[in-house]
Amino acid sequence: MEITTVGLNYLNNGYGLKSWLLTKDHKRIAILYLLSITGFFFLGGFFALLIRLELLTPAADMVQPDTYNKLFTMHGIVMVFFFLIPSIPATLGNFLLPIMVGAKDLAFPRINLLSWYIYVLGGAFTVVAAATGGVDTGWTFYAPYSTSASNSHVITAGLGIFITGFSSILTGLNFIVTTHRMRAPGLTWFRLPLFVWSMYATSLIMILGTPVIAITVLLVAVERGLHLGIFDPALGGDPILFQHLFWFYSHPAVYIMILPAMGVISEIVQAFTRKNIFGYAFVAFSSLAIAIVGFLVWGHHLFVAGQSTYAGLIFSILSFFVAIPSAVKVFNWTATIYKGAVSWDSPMLYAFGFIGLFTIGGLTGLFLATMGLDIHVHDTYFIIAHFHYVMVGGAIMGYLGGLHYWWPKITGRMYPEGWAKFAALTVFIGFNLTFFPQFIVGYLGMPRRYAMYAPEFQVYNVLSTAGATVLGAGYVIPMIYFIWSLKNAPLAGNDPWGARGLEWEIPSPPPTENFVVSPIVTEGTHQYAPSREVGIGH
Amino acid sequence: MSGHVAPKTMYYAVFLALLAGTGLTVAAAFFDMGAMNNVVMLAIASIKALLVILFFMHVRWSTRLTWVVVASGFFWLLIMFGLTMTDYFSRGWVEGTWR
Amino acid sequence: MATEGNIHARPIAIQPAPAGPYVHEAHHPWLQHHFDSMTQQAEASTLGMWVFLVTEIMFFGGLFMAYLVYRHASPSGFQEASHHLNIYWGTANTAILIISSLTMALAVRSAQTSQPRGTQVLFLFLTIVLGLAFLGIKAIEYTDKFKDRIVPGPNFHWEGTHAKAAEQFYSLYFAMTGLHALHMIIGVGIMSVILVMAWWRIFDEEYYTPVEVAGLYWHFVDIVWIFLFPLLYLIGRHYHAG
Ligand SMILES: [Cu+2]
Repeated sequence: MEITTVGLNYLNNGYGLKSWLLTKDHKRIAILYLLSITGFFFLGGFFALLIRLELLTPAADMVQPDTYNKLFTMHGIVMVFFFLIPSIPATLGNFLLPIMVGAKDLAFPRINLLSWYIYVLGGAFTVVAAATGGVDTGWTFYAPYSTSASNSHVITAGLGIFITGFSSILTGLNFIVTTHRMRAPGLTWFRLPLFVWSMYATSLIMILGTPVIAITVLLVAVERGLHLGIFDPALGGDPILFQHLFWFYSHPAVYIMILPAMGVISEIVQAFTRKNIFGYAFVAFSSLAIAIVGFLVWGHHLFVAGQSTYAGLIFSILSFFVAIPSAVKVFNWTATIYKGAVSWDSPMLYAFGFIGLFTIGGLTGLFLATMGLDIHVHDTYFIIAHFHYVMVGGAIMGYLGGLHYWWPKITGRMYPEGWAKFAALTVFIGFNLTFFPQFIVGYLGMPRRYAMYAPEFQVYNVLSTAGATVLGAGYVIPMIYFIWSLKNAPLAGNDPWGARGLEWEIPSPPPTENFVVSPIVTEGTHQYAPSREVGIGH
Repeated sequence: MSGHVAPKTMYYAVFLALLAGTGLTVAAAFFDMGAMNNVVMLAIASIKALLVILFFMHVRWSTRLTWVVVASGFFWLLIMFGLTMTDYFSRGWVEGTWR
Repeated sequence: MATEGNIHARPIAIQPAPAGPYVHEAHHPWLQHHFDSMTQQAEASTLGMWVFLVTEIMFFGGLFMAYLVYRHASPSGFQEASHHLNIYWGTANTAILIISSLTMALAVRSAQTSQPRGTQVLFLFLTIVLGLAFLGIKAIEYTDKFKDRIVPGPNFHWEGTHAKAAEQFYSLYFAMTGLHALHMIIGVGIMSVILVMAWWRIFDEEYYTPVEVAGLYWHFVDIVWIFLFPLLYLIGRHYHAG
């Protein structure tokens, strides 16, 4: 059926700048976030490009080591705090969560808009820090280097992170209240889409962890500014306390990045196999388990930092436990795909990529949770490869997959599927070419965070830089066809994938109020098969 | 809409209990009871906090969800304190090292 | 790409909501459009505030964590340092905050029971005055610390055996009470807005969520002080410098 017209929707409901900058519509705020995090993504990518170019040769010939230190610091800060943390929650989550629970908006629309302004303000601080000379502490801001030694703009960047933290907190707060209080009649917890469960689990981490990083970077700034002795041993402080506080947030923060992607993958896998997820309750609760157990493992970052051996043992054992709920998800996605009517659309390609790459990233995490092995590979490229497999191979694959899956809903238009498949493959190949050599070179002993390296490591670094180029192209292609699709691609209609869920029952793009009449939900919104089949299993 | 309206006398009773707790904790601080000083001090403070939470903040009459939210806040605080202090308390347990 | 239709085409019923827990009550002027009822709106707001207070617990928690680690490192140094805090001002401020919590609770109750605006405004006014009194005493204490040169930094001066630990203690003292005082200042600001709203006769038994939510915040700040007071002022009372 050819669809030719688009009714009144959130996009054509007002065109002026004011109608966007003062909007309280969660869908418009999601678009504002989408635009700003894309900006930061390419800024962080630009820093990554310079890093990879410098590492083409063993000598520090393109930039000075000082500059190099600033490059990897700014890459980390921008990518972690300004892209990965808000990526899925603030864009897809913001757009979809109210629709998926059958509500007109998030519980606190004004706070939602405020959180975007806070994000922009924090981003401005960080951009100013970068423009006025940068920061060279690493994104981890380890004391006492950050509190007394470094000459760079630590306070500005720290305040940027402090401020942005509140946008994350407010988003999490809004999501939690919305999930509890705004669900449509009949929409019980076990009828919720798995994406909502993962958003809820993510929000728990946001509200429980983010305040701790906020107070920690604030203390670093205060210590630098006022010479209070909190973390600097010369002033009587304890630098290991900094690491405890920092990783209390920053380990769970990895799950802020990966849990939303897992939620996206759960939706995509169901839609493109035409099957209900295998073991809905297990997948739903594994999100909560990851969020909770994820708070008990941060000490695996301190194995060689001076933490006691016994604490190390405890953190090591607890770290192994997080693997269980993560594995539950991987097994259940696989079981869902098994004997499913798989269609190889581009979102599904990203989902396949995610499952494979996240598995590698997660399993190498177990290597690092093993104290003896961690002492060998700590602060090497093995770690870099590990967390890029999780954050880029996992989180960004999920983000791109979700963006493709819901793009027709967000814009009302399809995108060129051929190009999308090509881009997905490019990303997959480029990614592996970039980061797999880093596992090897890290295991061989190449340390992270140096502009120079031993000549025998060059071949791996050249491979890596070549891969990064391919990966970069893989990110630019979707950007181009997404923009192109806004005017030129065919209209999508309500449900171009034949997918299930409340968001596919309303027009694309959705009207400002989401639902003309409040929905009443009579069965699981994700049901791909009649309920009785679900009972028997697959 | 309607929330639970508690009688005024209840607020005054809680108020007096809070004042009494303050007096008690100040008085106790002047006696040297060794480690017990900390226990008494924190016990009184916790009871005072509990009174404020239950009665002034109406949690006594709130949904189970509110109870869970409040409890999880303090529980996560204990996770942070507990696991961090695991490190500090077990320093030097491996003989001959400071770790 | 798109599959034509789908195998199990069973759209989720979308119909007008029947009478249920979230049915429209007589449309209240303060009901925001995306809520179905005043009850739903009030429940969302209070839950939102509680979730926010959990983040506040963790926010202050980082400082309490630092206190725990450093006190564990030098217990007697902390006792010696604590001895120089003024227990009279500390106790007075504790009492003031407790009284302000009572007036706050009564302010919520007066809105909840549709008392005349005079009553509501009076309780809110008293809460603000007590909050300002607390801040005034805090300012006096801070000034004394500057006079005695026990403010951490290059000019820190300590006559005692544990100068390093004392400086640490006062670093934490200023960080913790400073953050608490900042919360008090914000609280006074919020209460002033609520007072104006009460003056405009906005609150009654139908709609008192803003007072209630602001009250939750105020009580939380009180609770932080309930812990700060003994941990900072009382640990050194029986300490005899050796
Ligand atoms: Cu970790």
